[in-house]
Amino acid sequence: MNALSRLEPRFRILLGLAILMAALPLVIDNAFYLRIAALVYIFALATLGLNLLMGFAGLVSLGHAGFVGIGAYTMAVGPTHLGWSSWTALVAGPALAGALAWLVGRPILKLRGHYFAVATLGLGLLISMVLNNETAWTGGPDGMTVPRLSAFGWTLRGATPWYWTSAGVLLIGAWVATNLIGSPTGRALRAIHDSDTGAGVLGVNVAQYKLAVFVLSAVFAAIAGAMLALFHGHITPESAGFMRSVEFATMAVLGGLGSILGSVVGTAILVILPQALVVFHEYEHVLLGLLMMVFMIFLRAGIVPSIMTRLGRSEL
Amino acid sequence: MTSAIQFTFSGLTMGAIYALVAIGFVLIYNASSVVNFAQGEFVMLGGMLAVTFVGLGLPLPLACLASIALTTLVGLLLYLLAIRPAGDASVVSLIIITIGASIFIRGVAGVLLGKGIHQMPDFLTWQGLNIAGASLGSQSLLVLIGTSAIVLALWFFLARTLLGKAIVATASDRLGAQLAGISTSLVIALCFVVSAAIGAIGGLLITPIGLTSYDFGAALAVKGFTAAVLGGLGNPLGAIVGGLTLGLLEAWSAGYISSLYKDAIAFIVLLAVLVLMPNGLMGRSSVERV
Amino acid sequence: MKLLKIALTSAVRIAFVTACVSPLTALADITIGSVLSLTGPAGFLGVPEKRTLDIYVDRINAAGGVLGQKIKLITYDDGSKADQARTYATRLVEDDRVVAMVGGSATGTSMAMLPVFEETKTPFISISGGAQIIDPVRKYVFKPPQTDIMACQKVFEDMRKRNITRIAMLYGTDGFGMAMRNACLAWQERSGIKIEHEESYGPSDADVTPQLSNIRKLTSIQAVLSPGIGQGPAIVTRNFRQVGMTVPLYLSHGAATNGFIGLAGAAANGVRLPGPALLVAESLPDSDPQKKVVLEYKNVYEAAAKEPVSAFGGYAHDGLLLLVDAIRRAGSTDRDKIRDEIEKTRGFMSTVGEINMSPTDHLGITLSAFRMLEIKDGKWHLAE
Repeated sequence: MNALSRLEPRFRILLGLAILMAALPLVIDNAFYLRIAALVYIFALATLGLNLLMGFAGLVSLGHAGFVGIGAYTMAVGPTHLGWSSWTALVAGPALAGALAWLVGRPILKLRGHYFAVATLGLGLLISMVLNNETAWTGGPDGMTVPRLSAFGWTLRGATPWYWTSAGVLLIGAWVATNLIGSPTGRALRAIHDSDTGAGVLGVNVAQYKLAVFVLSAVFAAIAGAMLALFHGHITPESAGFMRSVEFATMAVLGGLGSILGSVVGTAILVILPQALVVFHEYEHVLLGLLMMVFMIFLRAGIVPSIMTRLGRSEL
Repeated sequence: MTSAIQFTFSGLTMGAIYALVAIGFVLIYNASSVVNFAQGEFVMLGGMLAVTFVGLGLPLPLACLASIALTTLVGLLLYLLAIRPAGDASVVSLIIITIGASIFIRGVAGVLLGKGIHQMPDFLTWQGLNIAGASLGSQSLLVLIGTSAIVLALWFFLARTLLGKAIVATASDRLGAQLAGISTSLVIALCFVVSAAIGAIGGLLITPIGLTSYDFGAALAVKGFTAAVLGGLGNPLGAIVGGLTLGLLEAWSAGYISSLYKDAIAFIVLLAVLVLMPNGLMGRSSVERV
Repeated sequence: MKLLKIALTSAVRIAFVTACVSPLTALADITIGSVLSLTGPAGFLGVPEKRTLDIYVDRINAAGGVLGQKIKLITYDDGSKADQARTYATRLVEDDRVVAMVGGSATGTSMAMLPVFEETKTPFISISGGAQIIDPVRKYVFKPPQTDIMACQKVFEDMRKRNITRIAMLYGTDGFGMAMRNACLAWQERSGIKIEHEESYGPSDADVTPQLSNIRKLTSIQAVLSPGIGQGPAIVTRNFRQVGMTVPLYLSHGAATNGFIGLAGAAANGVRLPGPALLVAESLPDSDPQKKVVLEYKNVYEAAAKEPVSAFGGYAHDGLLLLVDAIRRAGSTDRDKIRDEIEKTRGFMSTVGEINMSPTDHLGITLSAFRMLEIKDGKWHLAE
């Protein structure tokens, strides 16, 4: 019996992703491209979290970079001002983000559609304002240096170690997400996406599930933020800003909401495209905006779902 | 006392501009369910194009008219080339399209009109009012008067003209309007055109006060959207209330509490309002069919 | 539909390949990298900087290049984002294999990039203000432009001369404004100045009358200092006159451009700020050691770019010429040799003053490099 066919389609994607991640360094030997790949994986984790929120629970968030910023700045503020070890900060950041999401989530998740979007917008802006203004703690607009992660004399630095670290973390995140989607919770989320009221009538505890996915997406974002801070060695408030939130939302939608592979593809496009468009100098933004519009008009379900429909498959 | 009046003048001026942007959002949203994040770019184009035309030698009134005309054309093209082809795309996809459009427009403006900061002289040479020690510049007064005029004109248009009523009809029940023979496509195109024109006029009014540059529209779109949602996304009146409220909140927070956190305080109040009034200040609660 | 997708993918692939192929043709040239903020909030810093670099690289190449080779300049736009800057810095070092870098329009982007250059032992001449870039001294990082601390010192010095000791500060919450605000807060005691009240404004705010109204209420305030960049200083200046404030207004060198006077109009008259000699090039006395350099840069830039000079373009000019001079003295494109020569620079006259580097000083200039300028009749004048 073919072991592969026993795996559910969802998990086949994970396997495919893992194989791709393992194979990529064999094709790329340039340290710069490996770093770009690592950056894609790091951002993809945050996008994945946002995808769970937007794609499965149907809640549009325009402030997700705020949680990324919390995870990132904890890695700087913790060791620098509070004397924490980087490992403590690595746990504290996501915990803090999750706690904030839980606290703020309960009131704002009662809001619908665009009202929820504006509430998340406000939340994201609030976080980035605090990060920008409290210069004594955060270094202000110029940001802070982030001490590197080390254990037993070994420090995490360099293109190749970061490639494997970020790939591994993303894979774990994708595995968690895949499990979630297939579970009763996942089905409940999809019911909520289709209709809040309908799901409620069927006995789904709408508020509780929404809160759970909101907190989970915040934790994913914060972990991504922590990795981002360690990867760059420096963090500025832009990482938590509105433009960054918009980028994450775009990555999620472009790749395909509701598709895990889509999150990775969407992130890859939005990270690699500016690098590739740099040759066009002045016209970089013109082309970026144009491509965004063209992609969304012609592949309006997102890249991966659109390709899948064409190939005749359904679930991803 | 002087301070209170000064804060209010400042708040009303900025609030009026937010209101104009918010009206643009609401008009388009009600007819088509599209949240047009390129709304801020219409304001930017209004100011930047006028500055460019003046720089090319046109007299100010002509430059302003040309700027409004061109911006309106951009709004129409946005609908025809980016929104209509998207057809039945989801709400989120449409948001991404309009964000892509705003990046595109900003990029083109940066290339064609330059990346510098520009100013326009006040329309009137008159100093402005001084009430109890608080100054209200002539341009600020023009902003307030101009906004009121636009609001009145819009009300007249929507309530008394056939085209306006077609817009209202489509906004309240698209299928019903179609059955009555109203072309949805035409109505939505009209909304884009009107929103672009309103945005451009707002840009013209605010540039003498707040200067203008090719990326001026981005921050404004966020504030305008916030104001529109605060007002309830239901009708232009809500947009006006939302815009003025946001402007006043910012000014009073800056003046009375902390200028460093004025935007933060405005947003906290916004969040509180949304939590207490989930349909915005003036929205009606919606019925969800399952 | 499929055709469109193929076309799109091909376009991206072609662009990528083109981006990768270009360094191959650079083997015969000296490749210098630059990461500047050409778009975003710091855009108006980066644009004159890029123009200056382009103009001067062309001039140097037309005159025969450096060590018989042409300079190849690779510029990237970091969009005023620090982490983008870092990615491009990595690209310059690992992909484009630059010999050295002149750039970093803002302190934030410079700070984010410098670990890359330190670790890869590539000389980096930063052209932004932050003192923390060269304090502590880092082996491969140099930064000629004046720091915020110097700007504060200069302003406070002038205030003392006018018997002003109690001031209010209205700062922009962008990187420039906040850095200078922090520097001034730290230096006030040493200079005998007391900042009695603070207000702030956001970089995209269009009106600061509430903040000025609060300052006007305080009768003990003798002057207002407003650090900021972009449109902020112009709006502050205009509102200042509009609400009828009569105390002296000092701005920071973020407004040290002719564009500022255009934006602020008649309101700018009477405003003082610390600025480079560049802005008063013609009215410098002939005995002034900087006159030749600044006048030449002003003429060259204004002829080629067809717009007035700004301090920031001057920083780029200084950084590039400093680097080229060091390469010539080193007689090679070895990065360590170039670094050593930069550090040995003595008596190098630039738009920011005379540069003298040393192993313990990678800033190179003194306070005299800043001049106190005042705007009169819509033009810059020396106020000292």
